[in-house]
Amino acid sequence: MDKHEFNNEKTQFGFWVYLMTDLLMFAALFATFAVLRKNTFGGPSGRDLFNLQFALTETLILLTSSFTCGLGIIFAQKKKVKQTVIFFGITFLLGISFLGMEIYEFSHLITDGNSPQRSAFLSSFFTLVGTHGLHITSGLLWMIILFIQIFRKGLTDSNLRKLTLLSIFWHFLDIVWIFIFTIVYLMGAVL
Amino acid sequence: MMNFIFGKLTLDALPHAWFTIGGTATITLGGIATALLLTKYKKWKWLWEKWLTSTDPKKIGIMYIIVASLMLFRGALDALMIWTQQAMSTGSSHGYLSPAHFQQIFTAHGDIMVFFVTMGFLFGLINFIVPLQIGARDLAFPFLNTLGFWLYVAGVVLINMFFVFGGDFAAAGWLSIAPLSELQFSPGIGVDYWIWSLQISGIGSLIGGINFIATIIKMRAPGMSLFKMPLFTWTSLCSMVLVVSVFPILAVTIALLNLDRFFGMHFFTSTAGGNPMMYTNLIWTWGHPEVYILILPGFGIFSEVVSTFSQKKLFSYSSQVAAAIGVTLLSMVVWMHHFFTMGAGADVNAFFGIMTMFIAVPTGVLVFNWLATMFRGKIVYSTPILWFLGFVATFTFGGMAGVLMSVPPADFQVHNSLFLVAHFHTMIIGGALFGIFAGLTYWFPKFTGFKLDEKLGIYSFWFWLIGFFVSFIPLYILGFMGATRRLDHYSSSTGWQPLFITSLIGFCIIAIGAGIQVLQVIVSIKNRKQNLDTTGDPWNGRTLEWATKSPPSFYNFAIIPEVKDRDAFWDIKQGSRVKDQGLMEKYEDIEMPKNTAMGIYVAGFLFVFGFAMVWHIIWLAIITLIGTIVCFIIRAFDDESEYVLPASEVAKIEEGRIHG
Repeated sequence: MDKHEFNNEKTQFGFWVYLMTDLLMFAALFATFAVLRKNTFGGPSGRDLFNLQFALTETLILLTSSFTCGLGIIFAQKKKVKQTVIFFGITFLLGISFLGMEIYEFSHLITDGNSPQRSAFLSSFFTLVGTHGLHITSGLLWMIILFIQIFRKGLTDSNLRKLTLLSIFWHFLDIVWIFIFTIVYLMGAVL
Repeated sequence: MMNFIFGKLTLDALPHAWFTIGGTATITLGGIATALLLTKYKKWKWLWEKWLTSTDPKKIGIMYIIVASLMLFRGALDALMIWTQQAMSTGSSHGYLSPAHFQQIFTAHGDIMVFFVTMGFLFGLINFIVPLQIGARDLAFPFLNTLGFWLYVAGVVLINMFFVFGGDFAAAGWLSIAPLSELQFSPGIGVDYWIWSLQISGIGSLIGGINFIATIIKMRAPGMSLFKMPLFTWTSLCSMVLVVSVFPILAVTIALLNLDRFFGMHFFTSTAGGNPMMYTNLIWTWGHPEVYILILPGFGIFSEVVSTFSQKKLFSYSSQVAAAIGVTLLSMVVWMHHFFTMGAGADVNAFFGIMTMFIAVPTGVLVFNWLATMFRGKIVYSTPILWFLGFVATFTFGGMAGVLMSVPPADFQVHNSLFLVAHFHTMIIGGALFGIFAGLTYWFPKFTGFKLDEKLGIYSFWFWLIGFFVSFIPLYILGFMGATRRLDHYSSSTGWQPLFITSLIGFCIIAIGAGIQVLQVIVSIKNRKQNLDTTGDPWNGRTLEWATKSPPSFYNFAIIPEVKDRDAFWDIKQGSRVKDQGLMEKYEDIEMPKNTAMGIYVAGFLFVFGFAMVWHIIWLAIITLIGTIVCFIIRAFDDESEYVLPASEVAKIEEGRIHG
């Protein structure tokens, strides 16, 4: 195994361990949400607040972005810079729109008086979904940095490695979102 | 306007109690003296280039150990203040501390000893020793290692910041249990210092955990399969697996508490639907594995020490590894025994009680294995093995107290009593700290090139051991008599004072032991010529760290060794594999990480960020957060973080023509 391959393997392994820690962080937030979701303190519950169509649209946008991200990586492995940038560009735009929808939802809730300070349920809702949103934000920031690096040096080994990590991160956020959609929105609307 | 610039920070906050002024004076004078010395001997550049910005795990390890030693002194002063107060404060006397001060001091003692002393020592030892034991030249991610260290330092400084900038220390116990730690009941900024100090240093530990797992899994020398790893590496791996499993939970818990306090949310408040019991559950889900994070590397140190000083192969290596893994897994399903009295119900309590009892099984396996290793060994009674023997006595003793408390009905009697306090001090002092002392004595020649003075080491051990029992046996008794923990005053009709005074005497005996240790280091440095370790293998060691010279070159191994046996170095020594013949042509170019100051910058920004958040200085918080992100972006653009050391240079260093 040459040096470059070894670096790849080492970094990817470390990144997976990091993702597991991040997953545990989300697990703790999910547990908190599960404990507190009935504690509406006389305020609105999930059933009163959530718009399933809206959440479904968010989900579809994020899922599509994962798909385009996957395509981007395939082209990156074939060293096709143009297609890579195009597909990651689409991923980026989809990510931005997802984030925009989330910010819209949050500000809408807050202007209606359903701020995170209102009840334990709302605190845990905003924190869980907001933490995911923060991760998406950092993913987008990372994407911008990688765009600049690719424009400067092309798809070097080091850039390809970083791009692979980014795509793992992006898929990871997608999976977490599936859980948020199921547990927060779907179960919130039904149970 | 002033509010905008300074947030909640006002002149009133500056230190005004005698002990904070004392602390401030010590820190300031110490800082000025250090700065003057550095300037006088023109050492600033040396300090910056050779140490502070270093990515060498050996140097980072030593820096960890130095900071942890300073914090040990600080935590011990807190202990002295607690003990003195309790020895005095009975009947009409109320001691010399107000209840408010007393609360801050026991909180500080717990936090400092767990987060900044024990964790610091362990990360220090692991940094120095694990890469050597697995035959690696460096860690998997050198930059993350310096970053983790500097985040730890940022946490240390932040938790002591109240000495300088004022405000109070947290007064809600070392875990800041909610709802006491909520704004309603702790309106000062003490808990906020606690939050940010632990959050920042906790992220440092998490990064360290990821780094060491990747290092141990991916960077072992050829031939070293997992089941050929030395026990210290194994237990460090277990400990780091626990770190990455539970530190995320700590990060979340502290973050949620901060959301409550800073943004007025309702996770753990007693109003608006908050659930304080959730806090207790979350913090102990981290907290119980944390005590095993502290003790597991100690187990590994003892395995190395026992095997080396009995001059024997470790007895039943695989059952030791299995026991370490068993402890790791079980430690994650026992957290509820910290609050049997919360009212989770008999079934839940029974489950956690039984799981707790189970932990005694793998721990027992370890103890029997160590004793069996000594059996028919040629034992050399040097200081490290004395620490081990002291550990067996105290740890078994404290462990049995633990098993007693794992029975929920019995626990209801001693919950929150001094019996519990005595129990966990027995485990952490008698287990983790004795392990650290054994490790520091054992590996000292590897750190510095000379051994510690043996005689003073033995004296210090006996003072520690006797002092330990004199101070903690009374606490066990007091606990049975009904004394609760964290008492700043008790009625004279209880008749407890003689026991508290005995306990204080015990502390003084321990303090003499600690004083002798300081003396030991000074004397050993002075007489280092007599104790020089010229071979790199002063104890007739068995594992790979002894195959390097003492102290090792910065690249650890000029030639990565080939491992064929569990006791890799023993195997090399016994076999006919000659060390030095014809190696000249085999030297290869070595890629090493460059020094970087980026860890210091990031930690510096996060430190100021934490400070700004404590005092609600919003503009500063935003600027420093952006600063942190910019640092990471700059780092991301730096593709040349390594340099190549040519084989000819390696040869020169190895032949002693250049100092390595």
